[in-house]
Amino acid sequence: MRNKIVYFLLVVFFVFVFTILYKGLSNPSLYKPNASLKKIPEFTAETFTKQETLNSKYIFNQNKFYLLNIWASWCVPCRDEHPLLINLGKNNKIEIIGLNYKDNFKNAEKFINDLGNPYSTILLDRDGTKAIEWGAFGIPETFLIYKNKIIKRYIGPLNSELVDEIINYIK
Amino acid sequence: MKFLNFSIIILIIFAVNLSKADEITLQNKIYKNLRCLICQGQSVYDSDSEFAISLKLVVKNKINAGFNEDQIYEFLTEKYGEWILYEPQLNKNTYFLWFLPLLIFLFGGAIILKKFINIKK
Repeated sequence: MRNKIVYFLLVVFFVFVFTILYKGLSNPSLYKPNASLKKIPEFTAETFTKQETLNSKYIFNQNKFYLLNIWASWCVPCRDEHPLLINLGKNNKIEIIGLNYKDNFKNAEKFINDLGNPYSTILLDRDGTKAIEWGAFGIPETFLIYKNKIIKRYIGPLNSELVDEIINYIK
Repeated sequence: MKFLNFSIIILIIFAVNLSKADEITLQNKIYKNLRCLICQGQSVYDSDSEFAISLKLVVKNKINAGFNEDQIYEFLTEKYGEWILYEPQLNKNTYFLWFLPLLIFLFGGAIILKKFINIKK
């Protein structure tokens, strides 16, 4: 009798472990952060033209939508999403702020000159510390901001569906 | 007099070195407890990815700004969620995790104790 119970418990245990591991297989191994960060972080950054240092308080202070886009000239997906940003930049309800991440200034300048500039302001993040203030861990990454709050966060390049979603938000 | 000056200088250098060494130990301790989110299965300490390099810099800056270890963890958890820490913090979601080993230990101890009592009888 006792042996039977032990045998039964053993089987239950193995089935339990198997189920957990099997379920684990279907989990995506890529990390998706808990978007616990709702308020925009405070930081100061040099602007691309290098004439001034801006505090984040004075960047997102108007009563409209802002889109913060983290980009770099060396980032290939950024090139793909750039035309979408340019289109979106024509919409006057939204202001697009660029955060140039760990980039070479000349390359970034060439990128903007070649592909156009959708950004009203470009901030510099030479060492990547400002992106961390935003809770970003890769580029491109885009944050939709309204009234100093992050409403939506897009990890990876934008596509036309996501742009439609943004347009829906700012209607 | 010369000897006194000399020893004071040596003492100062030694003290500065010691505090610097403490700082580096703390830095490394924190780096090792941070998960590099874009490299699978590596800590920030082990990784040389862009993300890890920047994160190391942020931690260093925070230490210089007077943040202590817990404050740095709090800062990073707010940005990235608790997943960034290897060692889970003690809260209502992790009570079970933290106290299970203790429970198992007590349970095991109880079994051993019972055996001992049985043998004595």
